Amino acid sequence: MASSVSTQAMHAPAALETRDLNAWFGDLHVVKGISLSVPQNDVYALIGPSGCGKSTFIRCLNRLHEETDGARVKGEVLIPGAAKADNIYASGVDPVSIRRRVGMVFQKPNPFPGLSIYDNVAVGLKLAGIVRRNILDDVVETSLRQAALWEEVKDKLKKPGTSLSGGQQQRLCIARALAVKPQVLLMDEPTSALDPISTARIEELVIKLRNDVTVLIVTHNMQQAARISNRTAFFLLGELVETGATKEIFTNPKDTRTEQYITGRFG
Amino acid sequence: MQRQFEVELRELKNRILAMGGLVEEAIEKSTSLLGSRDKAGFQQLKSIERKINEENMRIDSICLEVLARLSPVAADLRLILAIIKINTDLERMGDQAMNIGYNVDHYLEDGGVDLKLNLPRMAELVRKMVRDSLDAFMKDDVGLAEKVLKSDDEVDQFKNRVFDTMVAFMRQSPDQIGPALDMILVARNLERMADHATNIAEDVIFCCTGADVRHGAKRE
Repeated sequence: MASSVSTQAMHAPAALETRDLNAWFGDLHVVKGISLSVPQNDVYALIGPSGCGKSTFIRCLNRLHEETDGARVKGEVLIPGAAKADNIYASGVDPVSIRRRVGMVFQKPNPFPGLSIYDNVAVGLKLAGIVRRNILDDVVETSLRQAALWEEVKDKLKKPGTSLSGGQQQRLCIARALAVKPQVLLMDEPTSALDPISTARIEELVIKLRNDVTVLIVTHNMQQAARISNRTAFFLLGELVETGATKEIFTNPKDTRTEQYITGRFG
Repeated sequence: MQRQFEVELRELKNRILAMGGLVEEAIEKSTSLLGSRDKAGFQQLKSIERKINEENMRIDSICLEVLARLSPVAADLRLILAIIKINTDLERMGDQAMNIGYNVDHYLEDGGVDLKLNLPRMAELVRKMVRDSLDAFMKDDVGLAEKVLKSDDEVDQFKNRVFDTMVAFMRQSPDQIGPALDMILVARNLERMADHATNIAEDVIFCCTGADVRHGAKRE
């Protein structure tokens, strides 16, 4: 199963930092003043009961939250080099450009229907104006290899992405996200719709990906968080209760609420 | 709603307590044999040790199942780890009680000369350490566990006195080396039991606080 995951030093440079980040759906305040620094090449797990704001939080990190009617965000999200003064919410920043730097993989695999496996991976580059075949071929192969899918699909790249199994589709979505070389990859319960074998493959993949990209993963599976992340944050009622090295959170959490949640006493 | 883990845990804790009772009985029985040759008592000691071994295997098997099925974390994980280690310590104490039984049997076979070592007193100290360490475990009592750690010094001093006395005795009476060695081994086994009780106390502190105080490490 998963390789061991070491804990990075706290002083590793931040790949992403939030400062007093708040999010609302209409009047409903769902993310409350979260300040969190994610070191580069971390796999950062976000855990907490349903409705605690963790998915909304990561949707703020690539400006997806604001796409929902009535949703709004206040606070700063800093990603080095992503925008003016690094703040992705600075005025005039194009959300689409942010989504190239901050990729996202969702709970249910969502390959573009009607597109081939090849085009599913290449679509982001094509939208960015890259059309040279040799560049596209290269990126498609590299991304599919990174997503541990190349060997399974290299002989059927023209087939529809939707013809793959659920686990393969999810890895295709990861390859699609990686093709545009993001700095950060957000994963919102990426294995909750998958069988144990596919889940194990995605987990292995996430551990390997941290060499290239910083990963924030929302998961309801405590064991998954323990297996693949090197840092964990516990959210409750829109607030960040505790964050620290995963080893500490799962062996000796400091906050009673974290302890109670991860041991199944509530949630 | 009570968690399944708590149900399994209660059973495990009760089993550890019962096993600790058997270990105390084994310590008492092994040193009581010092008085006179008692074949029935020796058989009883063997029977207690067998029960300890059976319980050791049963507890290990339940722990394995709990780990596989319930994947405990945090305080639950520390507790199950403590139970596994305490189980091993108690089983080793059963072996050591049995060793004492054989040492005493050999000593009595050699004539059982009274060496005035007050080993039953040393055994009582060890029994108290075992009882207190398990009480601390059942009640999550860190203070009592720390008291057990301190008691270990007293047992060590007792063992050192036995060693010194026996070395002097062997110099004076080279023909009595056999019984003297048996008494050294009894004291050595009792001292090892106290070390296992100390391990249990350290596990209790880890279980309750997350602090690892083994090998002289201080609690933060």
